[in-house]
Amino acid sequence: MAAIIMSNLPALVVVVPLLLAPIAAVTAAPRFAWMIALVGVASAFVAALLLQSLTTTMGRISYHLGNWEPPWGIEFVVDSATSLTLVVMSGLAFLATLYARGSLAAEINHKDLGKCYAAWLLACGGLFGLVTTGDAFNLFVFLEISALSSVILISMGAGTDRRALTAGFNYLIIGAVGATFYVIGVGFIYALTGTLNIADLAVRLGEIGGGAALYTGFGFMIAGILVKAAVFPVHVWLPAAYGYAPSAVSSLLAAIATKAALYILARLLFTLFAGVPAITDLALTYVIVPLSIAGIFGGTLMAIYEKDIKLLLAHSSVAQIGYIALGFGLASKASVAASFIHIGNHALIKGGLFMAVGGFVAALGRRATLNSITGIGRRMPITASAFFLCGLSLAGLPLTAGFVSKLYLVRAILSQDAYVIAALVLVSSALSIVYLWKIVEVMWMQPAPANAPHLDENPAIYAPLWIVGIANIWFGVDAGWLVAAARAAAAAVMGGGL
Amino acid sequence: MMTPETALLVGILAPLVVAVLTPFLAVRNLWRDAAGPLGGVVTFVAALHVALAVRAGETPRLFVAQIADGLAIEFAVTPLGAIFGLVASGLWILAALYSVGYMRGNHEKHQTRFAAFYAVAVHAAMAIAWSGNLLVLFVFYEILTFSTYPLVTHKESQAARDAGRLYMSILVGTSIVLLLPAVVWVWMATGDLAFRSGGILAGAIDPQMVPFLLALFAFGVGKAALMPMHRWLPAAMVAPTPVSALLHAVAVVKAGVFTILTVVVYVFGLDFLTGTGASSWLVWLASFTILASSFVAITKDDIKARLAYSTISQLSYIVLGAAIATSIAAQGAALHIVMHAAGKITLFFCAGAIYVQTHLTKISELDGQGRDMPWVFAAFFIGALSIIGIPPAGGSWSKFMLMVGAVDAELYIVLAVLGLSSLLNIYYLLEPLSRGFFRPKVKMVVVESHPLVVIPPVVTALLSLFLFFYVDLFADLAAMMVTP
Repeated sequence: MAAIIMSNLPALVVVVPLLLAPIAAVTAAPRFAWMIALVGVASAFVAALLLQSLTTTMGRISYHLGNWEPPWGIEFVVDSATSLTLVVMSGLAFLATLYARGSLAAEINHKDLGKCYAAWLLACGGLFGLVTTGDAFNLFVFLEISALSSVILISMGAGTDRRALTAGFNYLIIGAVGATFYVIGVGFIYALTGTLNIADLAVRLGEIGGGAALYTGFGFMIAGILVKAAVFPVHVWLPAAYGYAPSAVSSLLAAIATKAALYILARLLFTLFAGVPAITDLALTYVIVPLSIAGIFGGTLMAIYEKDIKLLLAHSSVAQIGYIALGFGLASKASVAASFIHIGNHALIKGGLFMAVGGFVAALGRRATLNSITGIGRRMPITASAFFLCGLSLAGLPLTAGFVSKLYLVRAILSQDAYVIAALVLVSSALSIVYLWKIVEVMWMQPAPANAPHLDENPAIYAPLWIVGIANIWFGVDAGWLVAAARAAAAAVMGGGL
Repeated sequence: MMTPETALLVGILAPLVVAVLTPFLAVRNLWRDAAGPLGGVVTFVAALHVALAVRAGETPRLFVAQIADGLAIEFAVTPLGAIFGLVASGLWILAALYSVGYMRGNHEKHQTRFAAFYAVAVHAAMAIAWSGNLLVLFVFYEILTFSTYPLVTHKESQAARDAGRLYMSILVGTSIVLLLPAVVWVWMATGDLAFRSGGILAGAIDPQMVPFLLALFAFGVGKAALMPMHRWLPAAMVAPTPVSALLHAVAVVKAGVFTILTVVVYVFGLDFLTGTGASSWLVWLASFTILASSFVAITKDDIKARLAYSTISQLSYIVLGAAIATSIAAQGAALHIVMHAAGKITLFFCAGAIYVQTHLTKISELDGQGRDMPWVFAAFFIGALSIIGIPPAGGSWSKFMLMVGAVDAELYIVLAVLGLSSLLNIYYLLEPLSRGFFRPKVKMVVVESHPLVVIPPVVTALLSLFLFFYVDLFADLAAMMVTP
């Protein structure tokens, strides 16, 4: 039994959540639906951890779905980069699921909970599949599975705020455009090479070496994935989607959804198109780097002027995605490793922040804005302290996970002598303290209005919230594992060959 | 008997314990208020123990955690760190006593929060003093900024919040935009951030880049209040006086100049710096800051504002010593950390004592008040003597060594700057005294007696005199700092 499980781990990560989804959908009692979701995500997490330890010893694992040999059959590929991303995604998905029990029930209709957990499992399974698959067309399938289920999850926010419907619709349309672009690009390179296996494609594209069809395919694929990853300026779906979704969904998607797309971006740039440096270098230097920096500043400035806390965090996500994309754009082993470090740390940061804001929203009974959370630090100390911890990490202050990310990113930038970029990153990072401190000031430094009602904290969310909060400190003080794993991931991605 | 390692742990943790216990001790005001001074005594004894061990040639070490390769959280006491540790902990005892008297005498609100963050700030200062590498120094530098924010904005008024914003934006902004890349640069160049006597950068970095790296440090350490990064310091005077006294005359600003001096001595290395001539521009900027802020100080009528600009000027003495980077100038700078701390805390204590007892804040209102507050004015006189650098006050030693250092480096203009600055000091620091004693009273006020705000300045004034005669421990440590 154990041997069967171990040899099928790459499939199990994806298949278990997907298979449990219909069961959750037909479960009448929300409580059981939640437990099914938890089991699905937890088993994916365990499988991801096992895969992580396997890849550190064995390197690349290739899994042939249904025993069909690649390039004919679909191949799942897990190397150090895949397994690290999977651990981060499934770990945060597990915590978000823990959180959902105390949060989702308060925000959406009771009888929809079962279906909601089904969509939840589909979204998780789809996103895990996105990362695991070694087949360019299969990747598109997972892209669609995760996108459609995410749209359902986001629209569930309509119970508390009808704007969730337009947010979901926007995401549906823009996401579909992104996916379509991607699949058009796949069409071009399939026409060129006659294969869809990514490892095979990498070799054959290298042999072809250039040409209009290849470049067009490349452009479509990258553009599509940039939309999915919410890289500036095609991020416009993101703020509303995260801002109006139910809090548990915001926490889940903010932690893992764009991370998967960013991972794909790195794979496309450094693995699939590794053989055609003429076009990838161009894209890195003239597209990815400038757009990331624009996103860093755009997102940060939008966050500074935003009053609604969930939207503020969503804008800040655009900036943080910019940091990750920037690391990829600089294309050195150190900078890609810094991006992988930040993929992990930002998942912890944003996951935790959205959880805490969800706690505020539930207690307030209305949206959390800079006005409505006045003095909340003393009214809900346990939730607010966790928010504060994750916030420190978001601003990259020392002894937090965010600081480690910043150290390695700045080091990678400086080692390329890119002083201007380094200065821009540091200035933006100082600006990010502005929006954090605005929140801290109203939470603690201003007394609550005299007629403010008593607020009850929700003990059901303490466990996931504080696990994430403490993890933000833990990975700031003991980052050895993450740094080593991220270096291995960078080596795997940059080494050529999936 | 404590080992130096235990003493190190005690010295760092004692203030933190006080901070954590304060909210729980708040059930009785007496318990809460006793915690600070008691914690101060414990910390000081530990610091003394550590300093004596360092003088005996040991390096007490404490390893906490390994963040990743080349990044460790580790404490290791350098001779300079031993000096700063003694200063911060010793003056905390008196400042804690004083703040009890001040906060009670003024009926301030949120005294518990105040006491707790005050202790956190001291904890951060001790950790800075004894940090074993640049990363730890940076980490606690930031913690010090954040822990003093609630103290600066203590009054929760709009003015306090505005000042708090300026305080945070300058200190955090400079540290992230300039200091952090400097730290990363050193990390990149050497792969290691540990302090070593003689420095770690020689041979690891292109000598042409050294002035730029030094500039990142000099401007990135906003706490050193080198112009034009000095604006936060006058703004922070909106805080209650005990904060101005301990933090903005001692712990915070000294953490700033301590950082610069540490970086110069243990990261760059004096020989490397003089060899490359990378710090000569800093000599002129520090000289400019010394004079310019002295002139600004003359124009200030508010006592605390005048003392704030005097502090900016005096801090640049220390930066100047570091920038001259000869052995004797660096020793003078190290000693000036001690001497200026004792002198300036006395002056701030006096300003606060005057405020608590009479509610006067302006120098022009002090006419004729001297006879009603003889102890306070006497303490002010001695503190001022020490800042000016006149024997028999401790400040004369450090100023003397800085002057010798300037001559050593053949920087005669700097010598003139120091002389002129002393004259300006005499003018603006002795004015309150002459007004207090030699002018007729303009304002009739009732002096309420609060012994807890009068005793500490008298003690620190005596300390300034004491330091003139018994400077051995500090002088020995300063000498060890420059001998590899």
